[in-house]
This record gives sequence, C-alpha cells and structure tokens, in this order.
Amino acid sequence: MSMIRVEDVYKAFGEIEILRGLSLNIEEGEITTIIGQSGTGKSVFFKHLIGILKPDTGKIWFHDTEVTAADNDTLVEIRKHFGYAFQGAALFDSMNVAENIAFPLREVLGITDKKDAARRVSEMLDWIGLPGIENKRPAELSGGMRKRVGVARALVTKPDVLLFDEPTTGLDPVLGETINDLVVRVNKELELTCVVITHDIQASFRISDKIAFLHEGVVAVEGSPKEVARSTHPLVKKFIENSFNELEV
Amino acid sequence: MQVAIITTLEQFGAFFLFWMSSLRSVFRRPFRGRHLLEQLERIGVESVPIIGLSSLAIGMIFSLQMVQLLQPFRAEVAVGTAVAVTLARELAPIITALMLIGKNGSAMAAEIGTMRVTEQIDAMETMSVDPIQFLTTPRVMACIVMFPMLTLMANVVGVFGAWVIAVGVMDVESATYLEQMFRVLSAGDILQGMVKAAVMGYLTAIICTFYGYYAENGAQGVGEASTRAVVTSSVAILIADYVMAMAFWG
Repeated sequence: MSMIRVEDVYKAFGEIEILRGLSLNIEEGEITTIIGQSGTGKSVFFKHLIGILKPDTGKIWFHDTEVTAADNDTLVEIRKHFGYAFQGAALFDSMNVAENIAFPLREVLGITDKKDAARRVSEMLDWIGLPGIENKRPAELSGGMRKRVGVARALVTKPDVLLFDEPTTGLDPVLGETINDLVVRVNKELELTCVVITHDIQASFRISDKIAFLHEGVVAVEGSPKEVARSTHPLVKKFIENSFNELEV
Repeated sequence: MQVAIITTLEQFGAFFLFWMSSLRSVFRRPFRGRHLLEQLERIGVESVPIIGLSSLAIGMIFSLQMVQLLQPFRAEVAVGTAVAVTLARELAPIITALMLIGKNGSAMAAEIGTMRVTEQIDAMETMSVDPIQFLTTPRVMACIVMFPMLTLMANVVGVFGAWVIAVGVMDVESATYLEQMFRVLSAGDILQGMVKAAVMGYLTAIICTFYGYYAENGAQGVGEASTRAVVTSSVAILIADYVMAMAFWG
C-alpha cells in the first residue's frame, strides 16, 4: 500500500478552482517529483498533505490515517512524520542558525536539554556540509546556504517524508545542482521519502523515481521518468522539449 | 460599493476569529515566559527614554500655556492641579499609547507581516506551532502590562516638567502649587488613566498583530499593513478613550 494516497481532491478559493479532482499515490522510500506550470496548485497540494489546508471534497491518507478527517491532536502527530523545506527557506530571521534548527526540536519533540539540542544541531550542520555556522544570522547566509539550513531544520526531527517546495528556484545552476544532490542524499542516506515540487525539468528526470505532471488541478500524466518522457500529452511534450532544447543550446 | 462592503465584512470576520483565537491562546500551554520577557523589555524598558522625553515636553508646554492663561486671574497656583489631573486622566495614557503605537505597534505589524510574506508563519504551522499564540500572546500580555507602567512614569515626569516651568521659569510659588495639586489629585485619577492605558495597550497589540498576520503581496503589502495598523489602532484608542471617559465620568 502506498505511503501517501491522495484521492479525488477538490479545492477552491472563492470562485477560483485550484485542485479539480487530484489523485496521486506516493510510495515509501521514493523521490516523487511534481512538475507543472505556475499556479496549478502545487504548493496548495503540499499544504493539503500535512493538513494545513482541508480539501472541499476528497481524501488524503498517510499510511492508515486519514489526514483529511484528523482532529488537531492527530494532525500534530501526523506532522511529526513530515519535514517541509520551503522555497525561500523560511528561516526565522530573529534567530540564529542554531536556534532555527533547534526550534522544531523544542517545539515538536519537546527537547529542552540545551546540550542535546546543540549536539543534534551540530550533527545536522555537519551532514549538510556547513559546520560551524551556528551563530550566523539568516541574513548573513547566501541563498544556497539558507536553503541547506532550511533542509537541516526540516530534517532535525528525523521525519519520514521530506517535502521540498521548489528547492532550486532562485539559485544558479551550480548551487541548484548542489541542492538536487542534497535531495538524493536525503533519500538514499537517510532513507526518507521525498516529494519535490520543481520547475527544474532536467533535474526532475535525473533524480526522481516518479514524476507527476499537474495541469489544471489534476495529475495529467504520472509515471517513471521514462514513462513521462514518452507521454503524448501536448503540454508535457512542450515542457520537456523546451527544457531539453535549452540544454542543447 | 458592494465589493467594498463585502471586503469590510470579511475583514471584520477575520479580525473576530483572530481575536477569539488570541484569547484562547492566552490560557493554553505552552506559556512562553522568555518571549514575554523579551517583549516586556522591547515594549517597556526600551520605551522609557521616548516616553520620558515626550511626557516631559508635554508637561512643560502645558504648564507654560496654563500659567500664561491663568496669571491674569491670579490663579497660576492651580496650574499644578490642572496639569496633574489632566495628565493622569487623559494626556498620559493618550501620549503613551500614541508614542508606543508609532514605536512598537508599527514594528509589530512589520515584523509579523515580514514573517508572513517570507513563509516563516507557514513554517511554524508545518511544525504544529500555533503562530497566533507564538506571536500574539507575548505581545498582547506585554502591552497590557507595560502601557500602564509607562503611563505612570509619564504622569510623574510630566508633573515634574510642569513644576520646573511653573516654579523655575514663571515664578509660581512652589509650596502652594504642590499643596493644591496633591489636595485635588486623587489615586482614582491615576488609576483611571492606568486602566485606560491597559485597554489601549490591548487594542494596540491585537490590531497591530492582526494587520501583520494577514499581510500579503511582499514588501509593499508589509508597508501597507504597518500603515493600516498604526492608523486603525490610533483611531481605536481615541474612540476607546472617549467611551471610557464617558463611563468613568458617568
């Protein structure tokens, strides 16, 4: 059985329909990438996965628990299994790097022992390749460093699933590649299920086990990178052609 | 027109829900003592110089004007009473609240608004941290405590400024000035001002955090949220002051 099952989810904000019957299965231990045009509801979909938004109709399951029917206490428990790496890192700029990474330790896991928290923060910074930056403020970090610290904060509670919201947006190709490698490391070394929203089509074909193409609020095409590459859906073909033509130029 | 009415009603609805949620948060664990202390320092301790300076100026100017006005009637010794009672009941809480709205209210809206547009509030939600409790409760509590404290200080400094001008510059007789002032000024006057200040502090914190919490559209949106927060809370405290003055007077 799939780790996360999304069944026929509809969501509208006022008269604007964002999700129009979205269904998708996310398998444990895989990297699933969600691609699509801007404004197709990719970030809204992420917020449904962890129960921040509730669908108008449809169901979402995490293992045997229905996220869409969960009460607040159950949602708190479900969210402990998820980490969320935001597009802009979303680091708290009133805190330094160490306080940012320790925040979920204190708030989510209830760890109040400062030495234990400091040790975990230090281990996490070593793992993402940024040792010794505990006392730096988010404003002192480059875009790539901020993203990696954001990933460290999402990982520190040892979740089962890590959600990456456009991890390479705003980065130069070299830094973007570093972040894509980090996604793969998170999946292979820590054995986490990764769900990635991205516009980086080339990277999605390189790192993903499964790709889902979102169009007009539904998954228009899904499958392995090879299956998606062979898709006859006109918009998917256009997306792929444009991305790989850029590479040839 | 119809759209404007709907938008206004939506805003009232959102404010009501935010207000209810903030009320519930006050009594729910965890209690964030460290954040409360930080806010007490930021809103209270760091505001001492500006409140001291503004209340000193108000006391001195008020005294100067009153002495000039009352001298022809040989009633200048009553200046101390007029200044002290007016400060205690009205001027000190109003001046304190307006200065703190400018200094801290706008900062609250801007800080929380920036957190909203940079997804920091979303990040809290993904960690099951209630952002309203985390961001609003310490600020509301700190304002309820610190507005009256600073108002009390404004009373003392304002009265001192008025005395310096009346006695030191305008040659009003000090003993009579003070004797009349203490005879008329009551603890009730001072308490009335402090109660007003606590209500104004609550209104300021809840309005400013609300506008910050619902900021959108990037830097421009944060700027607009701060402006709305300052204007709305300034108007709200003036209306609240009038209502409370009527209630105390009645």
